[in-house]
Amino acid sequence: MTTEVAPAPVPKFDQGDVGRRLAIICSKGNLDMAYPGLVLANAALGEGVEVHLFFTFWGFDMITKKTMAHLKFTPLGNTATHMPQGLGGIPGMTAMATNMLRKQIASIGVPDVPEFLDQISASGGHLWACRMSADMMHVGKEDLRDDVEAIINASDFIEMTAGAQLLFI
Amino acid sequence: MALATIAGTQVHVDDEGFLTEYDEWTEGLAQVLAAQIAIELTEPHWKAIHFLREDFKQHGETATIRRITTVGGIPTKDLFTLFPKQPAKKMAYIAGLPKPRGCV
Repeated sequence: MTTEVAPAPVPKFDQGDVGRRLAIICSKGNLDMAYPGLVLANAALGEGVEVHLFFTFWGFDMITKKTMAHLKFTPLGNTATHMPQGLGGIPGMTAMATNMLRKQIASIGVPDVPEFLDQISASGGHLWACRMSADMMHVGKEDLRDDVEAIINASDFIEMTAGAQLLFI
Repeated sequence: MALATIAGTQVHVDDEGFLTEYDEWTEGLAQVLAAQIAIELTEPHWKAIHFLREDFKQHGETATIRRITTVGGIPTKDLFTLFPKQPAKKMAYIAGLPKPRGCV
């Protein structure tokens, strides 16, 4: 007796969310707060979603050539480290905590911030810098990563992200 | 893990159609899988597929885009050109491997 074997299904690539766009506002310059936006941007790009990253205020540190490789992590004000808060203020603690976090991130094969942005760029992600932050910090286009497309103002950003899903980090 | 046919060959697949048995994959099958998702395999495609197969054999996990770039030496940009929109999943499908588990 033979049983009928059906043809295998074919995965539905390219069919979900046609034209989906995601805009992520990165406003923090702490090492730990740089990653959520980068991880999600990278994941969205891998799913064929158009991604725009807008860097503003302290988030500028993520795309400024001078600072992007030197973001820091502090246990101060972060109860999730489960350390006595007083310890966070001890000299050298920020450097030590930063080192530990960097090692933990590297140990799971996740790149540092500049390399992560390289990958996001290579995957077709768009990087934008905030005009007000640039003026306030006296930073010009030449101080930023080369793959930052432009310094734009808030209205430009709102116009550009019409209909997009938005994340503020 | 249901039994199904792909181009007349009986193989085991999951609900979405991804092969579930590493040893049931052949290059001929890869060509059929690729054609089903509108990809014609050229030499650069094969380089990525063979890296994925070999890497899975050694590490038991499907390589992510980052791993294919840093370890396999194929630029991320090229992967998005060769396997448009959803490169990681498309490569895994053609290579007869599960979708990558890692986030990055």
